[in-house]
Amino acid sequence: MTQLSYRAAFALIVKRDLMIAFRHRDDIINPLLFFVIVVTLFPLGVGPESTILSRIAPGIIWVAALLATLLSLDRLFKSDHRDGSLEQMLLSPHPVFILVLAKIFAHWLLTGLPLILIAPLLAVLLHLNESSYGALMLTLLLGTPVLSLLGAIGVALTVGIKKGGVLLSLLVLPLYIPVLIFATSAIDTAAMNLPYSGQLAIIAAIFFASLTLAPFAVSAALKVSTN
Amino acid sequence: MMWKWLHPYANPEVSYHFAGKILPWCARFAFAFLTIGITWALLFAPADYQQGDTFRIFYLHVPAAMLSMGIYLGMAIAALSSLVWQLKLADASAAAMAPIGATFTFIALLTGAAWGKPMWGTWWIWDARLTSELILLFLYLGVMALHNAFEDKTLAGKAAGILALVGVINLPIIKYSVEWWNTLHQGATVSKLGQPSMTADMFWPFLVCFIGFAFLVTTLICLRFRTEILNRNSMRPWVRELVTTEEQTHAV
Repeated sequence: MTQLSYRAAFALIVKRDLMIAFRHRDDIINPLLFFVIVVTLFPLGVGPESTILSRIAPGIIWVAALLATLLSLDRLFKSDHRDGSLEQMLLSPHPVFILVLAKIFAHWLLTGLPLILIAPLLAVLLHLNESSYGALMLTLLLGTPVLSLLGAIGVALTVGIKKGGVLLSLLVLPLYIPVLIFATSAIDTAAMNLPYSGQLAIIAAIFFASLTLAPFAVSAALKVSTN
Repeated sequence: MMWKWLHPYANPEVSYHFAGKILPWCARFAFAFLTIGITWALLFAPADYQQGDTFRIFYLHVPAAMLSMGIYLGMAIAALSSLVWQLKLADASAAAMAPIGATFTFIALLTGAAWGKPMWGTWWIWDARLTSELILLFLYLGVMALHNAFEDKTLAGKAAGILALVGVINLPIIKYSVEWWNTLHQGATVSKLGQPSMTADMFWPFLVCFIGFAFLVTTLICLRFRTEILNRNSMRPWVRELVTTEEQTHAV
């Protein structure tokens, strides 16, 4: 029996998850469509004045990103739990930490990254202040991995429950609030041409803290859920 | 050494009776402290020179807010000890604490709104502290919802415990939010080390009220803890024995 290195195991799981996702493309495209549609609803709701829209654009984009991530979270563990491959992964000799991190990374590649790529387009639709684009991209780049990491905890806790969908939003959304606050604050500060490195540093701190701690919580939760 | 002393309490029966023993004492203390404290605070403590009598809501608002966070911390500690030392009873105590904590958070928000209306001219303001207290309420509700969603109560306790531990990160955010955002909400009055920024004749009634509420919380937790133990051990012989002797005494 050949021993798989940690890096190889990580790469293998990422590759597997990406392959599964590309065979069910709807799973990738639907949250993205949801993101676009939610953002389009706001100008229809609050009126087309560009001053109002540019003022609330950061909040709209970020809230829509939170909700889109929430919708896509189910994919993270649900199907693996249903067909038993999750239990096999937990039984494998590799640390659960690595497997969990790989799955979260794959999830971010499939939801976070497309969100980041499409966000500038939506920012144009919402007349976002021109000096804010850099802040928007940077906060999304640092913030969306946090969404995947924290969301994974919620999914891991609810994966064994039949109707976990609504419960998941109740568990996960409060945890997203700090990221939302600092991200929108950074974008607003950037709109005033002020330095926003402070907010960015806090989001980065949240990112690294959740990167190191969340996988432990996820593996503990998975052990409870698969019991 | 401490382990030897603590070990008997890992047995549900021993813990059940211990909680039953301290319960009436906590209830008496709570009653005594709250009666003295609230009478003192509402009738005899001096009114604030700026806020007048409105300030008296402080004696309810601040203990509730402090306890709402304290209970969450207690719940997280219980959850941690359940995860690390596999104590099943720690799960039960965490489950017992969640609804009480949620209630106190709600009281803190409600009294805060009632205080904010005459002082700030509005019921609600999106200030950092208020917001994080609201998030704390959501966290409590999440823990309770997760606990209810599982059929198996042992699993439910473990899952809710993990969530409580994750949410405990919120507590320092509440604590430091005043300094971070520095908005409308006044800075901490009571816990400043050195000299509290209130006079002694306001501080003492507050302390009595706080101790009273703390005893009230302990009483409620003991009550719910006992129920939780009975629920989880309803098939055990000692519970059946307890129920039959109870029935006999009631019959006589």
